[in-house]
Amino acid sequence: MKDFFEIRWHGRGGQGAKTVALLFADAALATGKYIQAFPEYGPERMGAPVQSFNRLADREITVHCSVENPDVVVILDQSLMSTVDTTEGLNDGGVLIINTVKKPSEIREAYKVRKEIKIFTVDASKISVDEIGSNKPNTPMFGALIKATSILDFDKMLLDTEEKLKKKFKSKPEVVAGNINSIKRAYQEVVAE
Amino acid sequence: MKKNWKELDIALIVKKGGTAQDFKTGDWRSSKPLWDQEKCKQCLICWLFCPDSSIEVKDGKMTGIDYEHCKGCGICAKECPFKAISMEEEKK
Amino acid sequence: MSNIVAKTGNEAMAEAMRQINPDVVAAYPITPATEIVQIFSSFVSDGKVDTVFVPTESEHSAISACIGAAASGARVMTGTSSQGLALMHEILFIASGLRLPMVICEVNRALSAPINIHCDHSDTMASRDAGWIQIFSEDPQEAYDQTILAMKLSEDIFFPAMVTTDGFIISHAMSRLEMYSDKEVQDFLGEHKTPYNILDTEKPMTVGSIVLQDFYMEIRTQMAAEMFKAKAKIQDAYAEFNKKMNRNYNVIEKYFMDDAEYVIVALGSTAGSARYLCEKLRENNEKVGVVKPRVFRPFFAPELVEILENAKGVAVLDRSDMMSSTGGHLFNELKSAFYGNAKQPPMKNYIYGLGGRDINMSDIEKVLHDIKEFSVSKVKDSDVKYITVRE
Repeated sequence: MKDFFEIRWHGRGGQGAKTVALLFADAALATGKYIQAFPEYGPERMGAPVQSFNRLADREITVHCSVENPDVVVILDQSLMSTVDTTEGLNDGGVLIINTVKKPSEIREAYKVRKEIKIFTVDASKISVDEIGSNKPNTPMFGALIKATSILDFDKMLLDTEEKLKKKFKSKPEVVAGNINSIKRAYQEVVAE
Repeated sequence: MKKNWKELDIALIVKKGGTAQDFKTGDWRSSKPLWDQEKCKQCLICWLFCPDSSIEVKDGKMTGIDYEHCKGCGICAKECPFKAISMEEEKK
Repeated sequence: MSNIVAKTGNEAMAEAMRQINPDVVAAYPITPATEIVQIFSSFVSDGKVDTVFVPTESEHSAISACIGAAASGARVMTGTSSQGLALMHEILFIASGLRLPMVICEVNRALSAPINIHCDHSDTMASRDAGWIQIFSEDPQEAYDQTILAMKLSEDIFFPAMVTTDGFIISHAMSRLEMYSDKEVQDFLGEHKTPYNILDTEKPMTVGSIVLQDFYMEIRTQMAAEMFKAKAKIQDAYAEFNKKMNRNYNVIEKYFMDDAEYVIVALGSTAGSARYLCEKLRENNEKVGVVKPRVFRPFFAPELVEILENAKGVAVLDRSDMMSSTGGHLFNELKSAFYGNAKQPPMKNYIYGLGGRDINMSDIEKVLHDIKEFSVSKVKDSDVKYITVRE
């Protein structure tokens, strides 16, 4: 019935779950999509579980309800899976993308994820430490998300993100390169079952 | 005739300055200041203290009291160092 | 030339403020409106606007400073929410009584107690009688457009205006925003208009003098008459905005209303969700529609009656309660608008979403089922229902 695509991001306060939803919406807009990005506001404390959301469509989105049945859930911190119901509302055929060192089969086993949900994993923390120099798994997850869903044109998105980062970090070209490389690596390194 | 609601200026602003002068407050007075020119040394302390700008001054000299606006508070009489102003009951 | 960007409701309003380039902004921060003036203050420090920014010690002072500036001939804006708007309350009446143009970017948020930072319309509704134009926005685009529109409108009719978005739902939600160039905005606004200027030394004047039994009745009657006349001017302002800025806005938006039998009336973001639902239900030939009043003050009563009178059932959604045992604000206005009208469609009030409680598609669908049942049932024991609540 619905003609838009919904994403839910799970993270911990300070990990950039809000920022990543905003950045992803901005990147999607640049590829010609209609977009929404909004955080769930509650306990805004470092480490507390937080969520943020995206809607993407090829038409105007006038729905302003919360996202209850996402098509994709992205988890920035695997440890959240034992405390938060991260697959809540995820329909059969839905996609779960997790920042973890584990393989999808290990995640399915450990958290009893039902077989109708597709699982993708990527070690975005390691990628960000390698490429950016700190554990900032949010931007690399762009790459994993696009690879897993083909929701956006990867090359277009990458080009636009690079432009925006260049504007934001004029004096720090290494930050731009690090982020772009980490998105590319996550795109390549994300694995399905 | 007072203006009706259609004729009033927006927000009822008063479109000129110094309109307090049009409002005669002299008849509020129950006691009246009297100025004794003989005793007056033209120090103008009364002019300084009068809360209603009712001490009339011309060319730096006191010339009289504006009874149309003086409310008879008696501050001038109290402050005058030379007792040149005295208060008497208003007889109207 | 339009420029398509991704902005939250707060960012969109701050951008509108930047393009308006007001002379004075006096403000005090409050969640969820803080960002509006916070972003704007960085425009000030970056030299992108010519505004004098006055950070005050309270909202009461902020709106007071706005009044002083507006009376001195300045183009004035501020932003606030909830308790902030409530603290401005007494001064709101002074701004309108002095007929000063200004715009508040107001983010709808619940009022304490208990303390809550999320969306409902209690704050804006509590100031409905203050003599301000009140405009609701569904999304960041409307917030941006209507902020620009309200600035010009306010200067055309000499009433202050508040443009609202729904707290967090829109204020913190990013979506596609089509922006005008700075020049287009300035051209639309035109020369700044002010009813008087207390700093004009050539024309000394007194503003705000005491007015007792002899004139108060007259000046309030004049204000009421001017507010009545403002309705036509508001419609003209939207028409002019549409023409110059290439939009298609109406004072009251109608969706699928040509043959709608059951109608939802809602303000702000909820109207958007209801519109999407109706679009989907129409695929199954359900004759449902949505009416979205943009302007709550002045209230377009006969216009709404004309739109709604042929419906089989009208579901009025209120994100605020009057605590009077008679339902919410929009419902009370509509019910009173229908008094004496020949056609009386069954009408029921649904109070929802207080303190940010989400209203989802199935909640709105249930409302449509309920209004159908209500319309046909002979017994109408209560016409006010609280929804999105644990029973």
